[in-house]
Amino acid sequence: MSSELMIEMKNVHKWFGELHVLNDINLEINKGEKIVICGPSGSGKSTLIRCINRLEEHQRGNIIVEGTELTNDSRSIERIRGEVGMVFQQFNLFPHLSILDNCSLAPIWVRKLPKAEAKEKAMEYLKRVQIDDQAHKYPAQLSGGQQQRAAIARALCMEPRIMLFDEPTSALDPEMIKEVLDVMVGLAQGGMTMIVVTHEMGFAKEVADSIIFMDEGQIVEAKNPKDFFDNPESERTKTFLSQIL
Amino acid sequence: MSTTNKEIGPPVIELGVMGWLRKNLFSNWYNSLLTISGLYLLYILIPPLVNWIFLDANFVGSTRDDCTNEGACWIFIQQNIKLIFYGLYPTEELWRVNFVYLILLISGIYLLIPNLKRKGWVGAFLLIIFPIICVVMLSGGLGLEAVETRLWGGLFLTLVIAGVGIVLSLPIGVMLALGRRSKLPVVSLLCTIFIEIWRGVPLITVLFMASNMFPLFMPEGVNFDKLIRALIGVMFFSAAYLAEVVRGGLQAMPKGQYEASQAVGLTYWRMMALVILPQSLKMVIPAIIGSFIAIFKDTTLVLVIGLFDFLGIIQFVGTNPDWLGFSHEGYVFAAAVFWVFCYAMSWYSQRLEKKLDTGR
Ligand SMILES: Nc1ncnc2c1ncn2[C@@H]1O[C@H](COP(=O)(O)OP(=O)(O)O)[C@@H](O)[C@H]1O
Ligand SMILES: [Mg+2]
Repeated sequence: MSSELMIEMKNVHKWFGELHVLNDINLEINKGEKIVICGPSGSGKSTLIRCINRLEEHQRGNIIVEGTELTNDSRSIERIRGEVGMVFQQFNLFPHLSILDNCSLAPIWVRKLPKAEAKEKAMEYLKRVQIDDQAHKYPAQLSGGQQQRAAIARALCMEPRIMLFDEPTSALDPEMIKEVLDVMVGLAQGGMTMIVVTHEMGFAKEVADSIIFMDEGQIVEAKNPKDFFDNPESERTKTFLSQIL
Repeated sequence: MSTTNKEIGPPVIELGVMGWLRKNLFSNWYNSLLTISGLYLLYILIPPLVNWIFLDANFVGSTRDDCTNEGACWIFIQQNIKLIFYGLYPTEELWRVNFVYLILLISGIYLLIPNLKRKGWVGAFLLIIFPIICVVMLSGGLGLEAVETRLWGGLFLTLVIAGVGIVLSLPIGVMLALGRRSKLPVVSLLCTIFIEIWRGVPLITVLFMASNMFPLFMPEGVNFDKLIRALIGVMFFSAAYLAEVVRGGLQAMPKGQYEASQAVGLTYWRMMALVILPQSLKMVIPAIIGSFIAIFKDTTLVLVIGLFDFLGIIQFVGTNPDWLGFSHEGYVFAAAVFWVFCYAMSWYSQRLEKKLDTGR
């Protein structure tokens, strides 16, 4: 085995009250792998990836991220959050800070980088997502696509080893989707380990090593893109694909 | 056919004075009626007031007999100005109070001038070193003669009580608000109880308790200064109100801000200090300043425990046989000074809101 295991989920269950949101999730993700998760709304996609950085707490089973098991121990949660970057559907930039400060905040306060160095690095990443010319503006002054790229840069500034994307393009106007996907493709080509919840099947075909279809809290099907689109096994997957393609 | 492709600007609205009047004051019959009655009201109120305050008023002289004109007798204020501004603070030591005012004034002006550097340092100086200077300068020590707090009074005392109350109640209020929203049930319960008790009691009762009941709970011989007891009362009272204001701001924060902060690895206190509080406090600036203004005016209640604040001392000098019958002048003067301070806070609040506005 040459590959390095980054994320391991074993028999993970989660309930919201009576609602069984995650039902026996088993998943292994190696370094550099790109996983796309799709499935109908409410099927538990967001909950699954939010369990990986402990924005949600799972109730049964084990989640191990880079060798550290997620428990209530706040130090291991902090360590894992330092390794895992997340991009949200609604961007969730900090509206009271400039784009540059959004990006340098965590490196300064969590990584303890000197201010100048953190800003320098933030500029580097902003250049990579091509909004370095907007660095001194506030989030509200940017378009949706620019905001989402800034949010990606903010996550990258922590130099994470894993990136989670929760429907990063769903809140965007159609003409801005491409600029965000382009950044994500570039990131994938750079070797980042990525889990992406999205319905952008073009993106999935292009970069995914494996596509996971979820329904009612379960992983129904997990295959490489070619098999996923050409020979889906489950009826539920077929129905879903016929709806979105 | 030729098409001219001229740039089209926005329509120019030419109003002029007449146009403005018609649009804003006389747009229809009830608007005109309101305008005319408003003008009439001003006509019967303003001239007599102006006459009494300025035109017919007495400004020069030293006793009540110099007040020969019909209008206000400002000599009354002028002759008692030391009492009204400083209470019984010893005259030879007044420079100490004025020195403190001066520091405050200079730092305040510095902070108000835009684009100056090192404002953070001035702010830190005001919050950390300045209070120490105040205590030493005002009450004595380090070679300065002690001045007991029972001699403090007038506007000076009002500013001390309001200033200490305001400055200390905000951080306490923030902590109480965070505590009330805490996931730990014990912390949340304790904070809720604390807040609701203080909010349920009128300030006047708080002051009475601080002055009369508090000593009963203290061991024999331990005797807190009356002013300090009043300060503690005012501080917690104000903190409880602020806590609810701040909690409102916290509740208005979108969940995504908490999640994004956690996702980049900020711990609870850093998330609060760097992301959540800056935004939620900004949202409730008007309400916070509203609480400050209320506290400033409520300091007048300390009279009931025998502290002579600004208003108290004005009422007191009005009972001096030499100056009987000038209470109108006293109250008008008090109202004017209170208005200046409260309006300044209100103005600052609007300025701050504009300055901190970064859109949403
Ligand atoms: N905080 C929560 N409390 C209660 N129910 C929730 C919460 N978050 C999500 N749910 C429910 O859990 C289910 C799965 O949600 P989610 O993971 O967001 O689905 P997806 O991202 O696939 O649309 C949905 O039925 C949703 O209503
Ligand atoms: Mg979702």
